[in-house]
Amino acid sequence: MSEINPALETFSQEVDELLTAMEDALLVLETTPDDADCINSIFRAMHTIKGSSGLFGFDDVVAFTHEAETVLDKVRNGERAIDAELISVLLACKDHTAQIIQHTFFNEGEPLPEELQQQGQALIAQLTGSSLVVGGMPTIQQEKADHFEVDVNTTDSSDNWVISLAFEPDALRNGMDPLSFIRYLQTLGKIIEVVITMPTLPRIEEMDPESCYLNFKIVFNSSADKKTIEDVFEFAEDDCDITILPPNSRQEHYLQLLADLPEDQLKRLGEMLIEIGALTEKEVANILNEQRDEDKEETKPLGEMLLEKNILQQPVIEQALKKQEAVKQKINKESNYIRVDAAKLGYLINLVGELVISGAAMRLMVDKHGLSDVDDVASTMSHLVEDIRDTALQLRMVQIGETFTRFQRVVHDVSKELGKQIQLQITGGESELDKTVVEKINDPLTHLVRNSLDHGIETPAERMRAGKPEKGTIQLNAYHDSGRIVIQISDDGKGLDSERIVAKAIAKGLIKPDQVLSQSEIYNLIFEPGLSTKEEASNLSGRGVGMDVVRRNIEALRGSVSVDSELGQGTTVTIHLPLTLAIIDGFMVEAQNERYIIPLSMVEECVEMSSEEWQIDEVQHYVNLRGQVLPYLRLGDFFHNNKKHTRVQRESLVVVRFGETKAGFVVDELHGENQTVIKPLGKLFENLNGIGGATVLGSGDVALILDVQGLIQHAKKRVNPALALSLA
Amino acid sequence: MNQLIHKKDNNRTEVMAQDQLRQYLTFQAGNENLAISILDVKEIIEINTITDVPMTPDYIRGVINLRGNVVPVIDLSARLGRQSSEISKRSCIVLVQVEYNEDAQLLGMLVDAVDEILEIPEANIMPPPDFGADIRTDFIQAMGRVGDEFIILLNINRVLSVKELSQLKQVTDYEGGHANKEVLN
Repeated sequence: MSEINPALETFSQEVDELLTAMEDALLVLETTPDDADCINSIFRAMHTIKGSSGLFGFDDVVAFTHEAETVLDKVRNGERAIDAELISVLLACKDHTAQIIQHTFFNEGEPLPEELQQQGQALIAQLTGSSLVVGGMPTIQQEKADHFEVDVNTTDSSDNWVISLAFEPDALRNGMDPLSFIRYLQTLGKIIEVVITMPTLPRIEEMDPESCYLNFKIVFNSSADKKTIEDVFEFAEDDCDITILPPNSRQEHYLQLLADLPEDQLKRLGEMLIEIGALTEKEVANILNEQRDEDKEETKPLGEMLLEKNILQQPVIEQALKKQEAVKQKINKESNYIRVDAAKLGYLINLVGELVISGAAMRLMVDKHGLSDVDDVASTMSHLVEDIRDTALQLRMVQIGETFTRFQRVVHDVSKELGKQIQLQITGGESELDKTVVEKINDPLTHLVRNSLDHGIETPAERMRAGKPEKGTIQLNAYHDSGRIVIQISDDGKGLDSERIVAKAIAKGLIKPDQVLSQSEIYNLIFEPGLSTKEEASNLSGRGVGMDVVRRNIEALRGSVSVDSELGQGTTVTIHLPLTLAIIDGFMVEAQNERYIIPLSMVEECVEMSSEEWQIDEVQHYVNLRGQVLPYLRLGDFFHNNKKHTRVQRESLVVVRFGETKAGFVVDELHGENQTVIKPLGKLFENLNGIGGATVLGSGDVALILDVQGLIQHAKKRVNPALALSLA
Repeated sequence: MNQLIHKKDNNRTEVMAQDQLRQYLTFQAGNENLAISILDVKEIIEINTITDVPMTPDYIRGVINLRGNVVPVIDLSARLGRQSSEISKRSCIVLVQVEYNEDAQLLGMLVDAVDEILEIPEANIMPPPDFGADIRTDFIQAMGRVGDEFIILLNINRVLSVKELSQLKQVTDYEGGHANKEVLN
């Protein structure tokens, strides 16, 4: 196909989303096999793809999805139990659907290749195959059967249908014989009682023998549904007012059905009640007509009318209304999304960045010229710009949950492949971060999860021997912490063997044999290039991506990664990431006439560098901050230690915190908060540690953004180059 | 048919390119007359503020704000192994674009003064001498004879090789000497 038309493009996007939703749902079903929402969502995926493919004439897709849909419909109706086997087949069906759609897209009109056809047929066979038609008695049939028994044995009137027939006077003239209907009704069940009332019977002299004045109330016991019963009186409906009140036991059944109704589209009350069989179409049509005819000031809602006319019991109507409300809310939530091209958002954020800078420039001008009357306006505008910035960045924030749930499939597939039993637990999926960060974190995360799968979790036999549950657990967790997002990947596997790491590190020359390292320093050695404790590479880990690449990828995002472990108990890898790569709140400082930005989220406090309180000399570079040792760095000296510096009178100490580490930066002057638009420094500076980027100030000058973590490491490296390797 | 026109166009641009190829921008850096092909030059700007980037070698002069983008500036004189340039009234930044991993990287080149655009006929362009020049030979693309003098025509992709510059090599060696002065933790 030379070019894909817009409709097709939408279709392909839709299919992608549906298939993803289907996969997610399938994986959820694995743990909770009777989650109705998930079954519905899988059914919906197949159903919608089938429908849309039909529109485009993709017959192969229609044919295949139809089979899957049929099976899923059975599952939905409870006629077929969902088990691990079926889930696997359905996952394969999902992949197959994606493949045939892909094929159809690019080779329109051509038949499917042999291979795909065979694959499809095999899957269909598996889907419909006898081996899979198992499971207990289909639930609904069971319910119906129960019903029947009850109906036969009981004469309790509460469990019977109550049918009221109010014939028109002309009924007999039109050839209707009430008795014949009642007789026919007997073929459907047992008539318990017939009460005849004559509310309109006139005096005998005015009575017309050809008119019908009789009303019947029939107590009827039957397992037939409402529609069937109503059909009995089909011919009479013009001449007769018919009300059919379902038995009380039906009521529960209706409630159940209502609860099971799919929540995919907003239906009107009448439609919902027809769907569950509580009302028939005719009844609804009649009531709606009446509603329309009622020319009063206020028309009553349908539910109220139903109650008034005693067509349906109150609980059923209430339940239906509740359901309707729930669906309404859900739909509202869904329809509040707009699909926007990510490039447009990127452009918007760039523009907002420029706006922030020019806003700062204006601020500067206002201050410079002392325009006090402009000051207020300028302040208002600064606040607005700040809000716009936050909102614009918020637009690009996505929940990390979607990235996490993708690993369900990885875990599912890989654990099968490895013959291990592993479950993935996800928490904190609602934590939000910038889409650009999410995209880039995917690879490192995949690597870490695979590592846990492959090296972390042991085989079931090993686990049993170690006294652990057979099934291993990998946890993905995310939470926000001081303006950064923290992602943790933990497993309850065998943990890291520090002795082997040390041995390997010594062999590789990363550390000296006599070097004393703390446990955490040892564990973090695994991020060094060339250090793999696994002797043989499996097809999972031997992909040429090591932990050093993971670390490099994360550091490229101005993030950090560390690992903690306990031998035999498990390993936890913790990743710290900035929420966004575009604009941050910065704190501007000045040292030796150069301005620097420290990310505000890392600044703990600022204190005056008082020489009276602290003994400050050129040898010891730490101070006693309220009883704690705080190492510090003179930014000016550190950056330009080849030049002579003039000490300003009052230096300030900016206390920064990174994770557990605290440190101080000594600067000449504090300039306060500043909205910082991060500009990349480019390839030239990619090996530069300690500087995270640059920003353009209101004055048009460039200020550098400090990479606090990198700077501290760099400082450590100067103290002890060998040690610094492991502290990264 | 289409192809024919295409070919013709190609020929024409080639002819034009050849004309331009012989045009060189001459400038001074470290008391030496140097030139680069005019095709490499994007723009020449005057110097505003150059923000110093710490912990980088001398030849990285800093970064400037070019219409909202942060562009690194290389001190050409220092890069060629001479002293760092003093900024004077005539100092300029020549913006050039170099290739790096199929990406184009915009770089500023700090020079002492920009002179003129010269046309040097093909016949007057000589291969670089094997030795004798005190500039790394791979930096020299050719020698151009203008009147009685030779001007060094620089190979900008070598002089401003991002791969080489980004090693920040000089700095690591340099910093090593100061290692024990800064104490943290």
